[in-house]
Amino acid sequence: MTEHEQYAEDLALYALDALTGEDRAKLAQHLATCTSCRVELEQLRGDTALLALSAAGPRPPQRARQRLLDAVAREPRTVITRQTVPRLGWWGWLGWAATAVVFVFSLSLWRENLTLRSTLASASSEAAENARQLDELRKIAAPIIEPEAQRMTLVAAKTQPQPQGKAFYLRNRSSLVFLANNMPPLPAQKAYELWLIPTSGDPIPAGMFKPDSHGSATVVNPPLPPGTEAKAFAITVENEAGSPKPTSPALMMGTGE
Amino acid sequence: MAQLYDRYSSVVYAIALRVLGDTGAAEDVLQEVFLQLWRNPSAFDAARGNLGSWLAVVTRNRAIDSLRKRRPETDIENVVLSVAPDLAGEAERARAAEKVRGVIGAMAPAQRSALEMAYWEGMSHSEIADKTGEPLGTVKTRIRAGLIALRKAFQT
Repeated sequence: MTEHEQYAEDLALYALDALTGEDRAKLAQHLATCTSCRVELEQLRGDTALLALSAAGPRPPQRARQRLLDAVAREPRTVITRQTVPRLGWWGWLGWAATAVVFVFSLSLWRENLTLRSTLASASSEAAENARQLDELRKIAAPIIEPEAQRMTLVAAKTQPQPQGKAFYLRNRSSLVFLANNMPPLPAQKAYELWLIPTSGDPIPAGMFKPDSHGSATVVNPPLPPGTEAKAFAITVENEAGSPKPTSPALMMGTGE
Repeated sequence: MAQLYDRYSSVVYAIALRVLGDTGAAEDVLQEVFLQLWRNPSAFDAARGNLGSWLAVVTRNRAIDSLRKRRPETDIENVVLSVAPDLAGEAERARAAEKVRGVIGAMAPAQRSALEMAYWEGMSHSEIADKTGEPLGTVKTRIRAGLIALRKAFQT
């Protein structure tokens, strides 16, 4: 019998509180980590409740009822204010009992309400924090990707700016930001295509771009297969609609810095 | 509370009385169980079972503790159970009780008595083994099989 089967045998006894000593301690420990046993235990406890049904007997004495209601009345109150019921002889307890039932439900509702409110409060503050972080990120991203941003490429004095592309790739998020500068203009139906060259396999299309009048372009988060490791990025010229495979050798290529 | 009492007090009292065999002690358990429920309504998780069955389990545990003069082993908060039949109505309870008596009646005597010793007398499995002269393993298997037989009788 496997260890787990052994525990399963003991569960029935545990449910009946008939398991003692070391066996009990071991099973208690096992239950802390085993969901399937916990579920079976709950089921078995339910089964034991069925045994209770075989008990048939006299009703409890009448005085027990009043004794309970009196005891409940003596319990310390928590927050809810209850309406005072005028004690009109023996009708008094009826009004009180009705109030008591309302009280039990109100108490549960009040507790639930408190829990909901604190959940809501923490959700709101989380939302506020998220909004703040989003704002921060927008500030960072804007000068890079907004069309009105000014772009300037710095080169050594007395040299002409060359076509330049810079790819920022985060593999675990499949996130890519690509910036191009000083790209030569292209004829009408042509566009540049960016490629992710994986460590193994064919080049993967990573977005199309056409330079603006300054020769700048951006590609932001094109769809990419998740988690691809990039050996290099490259650019070719393709038809505007793009191509699944490069149709010409790479115009520009770069590997990691 | 008065409504809950009216609905479930006879179940609770019957269980307590069967275990303790003493009306005064049974009444005390009755008080204790309902008072505990009043003080801690959230101890019962309505999503996971029904109140009648929960009360049955808690009552039996309290009664056994009283019988064996033990301090309560299980906090009532820790009692979680999932039960199929709803035992709220008198009629359902009566039908279910008939069924249970049928299943128990059909059990082999040794199995029935092992189950009843564990349940109604709160004996541990080693105590049962000592009393019946049966090996521990047999006692375990009998009791488990008994509970499963009850469960099966109520599965549609």
